[in-house]
Amino acid sequence: MNFLWYAARGAGVVSLILLSAVLVLGIVTSVRWSSAALPRFVTAQLHRNLALLSLAFLGIHIVTAVVDPYTSLGWLTVVIPFSSDYRQLWLGLGVVSVDLALAVVVTSLLRDRVGYRVWRTVHWLAYGAWPFAVLHGLGTGTDAFAPWMLVIQGLCVAAVVAAVWWRMSVGHAGQQVSASSTLAAQQLDTDAR
Amino acid sequence: MTLTSTRPDPSATHTGTAFARRASASQTSTRLLAGPPAVAGAESLFDHRARLGPLPGRVATQLIPVLERSGLLGRGGAGFPVGRKWRSVAERSEGRAVVLVNGAEGEPLSRKDRNLMAFRPHLVIDGAVLAAAAVGADAIVLYVGAEHASARAALTRAVAERTRELAVPIQLVAAPVGYVSGEESAAVHFVNAGDPRPTNVPPRPHERGVHGRPTLVQNVESLAHAALIARHGDAWYRQAGLGDTPGTALLTVAGAVTQPGVREIQIGTPLGEVAAGAGATREGTRGILLGGYFGGWAGVDEAWNLPLDPAVMRPRGFAFGCGVVSFLSPAECGVMATGRILDFMARSSAGQCGPCVFGLRAIADATHRLATGTPDPDDLARLERWSGEIAERGACRHPDGAVGFLRSGLRVFGDDFVRHQARRGCEARARTGTN
Amino acid sequence: MEAELVIDRIACDGYGMCAELLPEIVGLDDWGYPIVRPGPIPDSLLGHARSAVEVCPVLAVRLRQAGAAGTRR
Repeated sequence: MNFLWYAARGAGVVSLILLSAVLVLGIVTSVRWSSAALPRFVTAQLHRNLALLSLAFLGIHIVTAVVDPYTSLGWLTVVIPFSSDYRQLWLGLGVVSVDLALAVVVTSLLRDRVGYRVWRTVHWLAYGAWPFAVLHGLGTGTDAFAPWMLVIQGLCVAAVVAAVWWRMSVGHAGQQVSASSTLAAQQLDTDAR
Repeated sequence: MTLTSTRPDPSATHTGTAFARRASASQTSTRLLAGPPAVAGAESLFDHRARLGPLPGRVATQLIPVLERSGLLGRGGAGFPVGRKWRSVAERSEGRAVVLVNGAEGEPLSRKDRNLMAFRPHLVIDGAVLAAAAVGADAIVLYVGAEHASARAALTRAVAERTRELAVPIQLVAAPVGYVSGEESAAVHFVNAGDPRPTNVPPRPHERGVHGRPTLVQNVESLAHAALIARHGDAWYRQAGLGDTPGTALLTVAGAVTQPGVREIQIGTPLGEVAAGAGATREGTRGILLGGYFGGWAGVDEAWNLPLDPAVMRPRGFAFGCGVVSFLSPAECGVMATGRILDFMARSSAGQCGPCVFGLRAIADATHRLATGTPDPDDLARLERWSGEIAERGACRHPDGAVGFLRSGLRVFGDDFVRHQARRGCEARARTGTN
Repeated sequence: MEAELVIDRIACDGYGMCAELLPEIVGLDDWGYPIVRPGPIPDSLLGHARSAVEVCPVLAVRLRQAGAAGTRR
């Protein structure tokens, strides 16, 4: 019983660290940053591979938590938020995070089928998955306020916030110019007739 | 008169469009522009039928081979054989094709299409109706530039005059103002989704276009010629034309001339003859813009005797294009004129492809710096390099046209470009006594 | 398979990962957009070409039968 409890908590922490790294790498990819040591395809692939790795740890975290008799969680509570008796609110936040992450992963694996636009829209949900995971950890984590845990969580939050700040100051990295602005400018050159 | 916009006052356009001019060498060159003068306004259905006779009846199935034999080439700029284009749509049609009449005329120097639509709307509609019957279309879209008010009004009235007898419904769509709105995939995209930006091809419109159906996108002048060929036959069409390419064509003459406007010529007429008819002289010309912004510059010596015939022009590196012939006066700087047009091309980009968005802006800015005497040390060298790199890396041919235009400028005004890079002043400004 | 690399010019957003993975075939212009060497891809590079197709964040890179219709750079 103890083992399951520790495994659940450990896997949860690792998931959070990995999820934070995945978010930072995603942002680094979108601003097209690169260096000699880290070409862009590396950040992109690392982002993808760490995401899949974090899923593995997320899986361990969920399975060990459900199987543990202490929590008496049913399998449905894993996907339906706020449906558990055990720590209904804080667990529920974790479930929201899982649902969003699952949507991102499934559409990414099936990207060829769903098409770019759908994939991209769903991918933005990733920005939602992370804060729910952080809150879930703070609210339901037994060690949430242990010093070592505070440091870890603090570093994760700091890294993501810094990356988001960087992204917003660099501006949208996409290079599309809106069609309406280029076409409107041409009013000046055509004859009124 | 500057190159980037010709602004004749409305009354001048009437005489500028040579309806009244039967002083041409023979009747054979006045075909599209035959009939009442422009001051009479749009020709009514009654007058149109009185002058030309009714539209031929069961001619649909034979019209495609007739067009193929006639040698009629498209007049939107690409010069693609019209009969072959109709055939490729008819082959896929299964009765559900669409005819998209392209009257966008986004080329700023060109006036021929808007005038043809404004004064001979029934000739254009005849062509569209014939095309619909020949390719098996069940819908016609008139895609007319939003800024061409007279053309839109004339076509609206003309369609109303014929509503009761139309076998195929005709819808009038206002094309958004813009140079690329007339590109064929952009036109289809706008009709389908309200977005006038070019799309990736394949599939081309004749395969999948409006509402996914095979679509014939054809310029209004091409359809007008087809309407006359349907009545008079391919042999009649081939009677006109001074060289290998048969028929007549509309030109828009602009720039340093005393009589700008739309003319009809027999294909193969030498440029010098067109110049004389418009009041341009060799001494008063520094260079000639042929084919519109999608075409390019020609030097006076090489072009003055040039037959205006695509079969002659293309091997020599010139474009007949949409029939624009614009004269640059010696008082104007070739580098500056090139720069202004490149700036327009850069602003006209649909903004979808990096090489076009960034490349055209870079070449426009470099040319502008050269023109204003403030070049960076490598500007000319960069222009040469970019002119090799940018072409064929966009979804449509817009960057190709801009680069082709730049190349022609570097060739015809090469000495001027070198002078400007070396900051040795501008010959044109020296000639006008400024600077 | 005689394959060539094709770029969807509208989707392409200048990430440049294709050029990182296949520098023998793809170069970058002054603004970070790909210039593709024309012609079929040598068999020895096909694996890298497939990686380039997979890595593109906007799915702008494809492999196609060489010499197919509608060839633009």
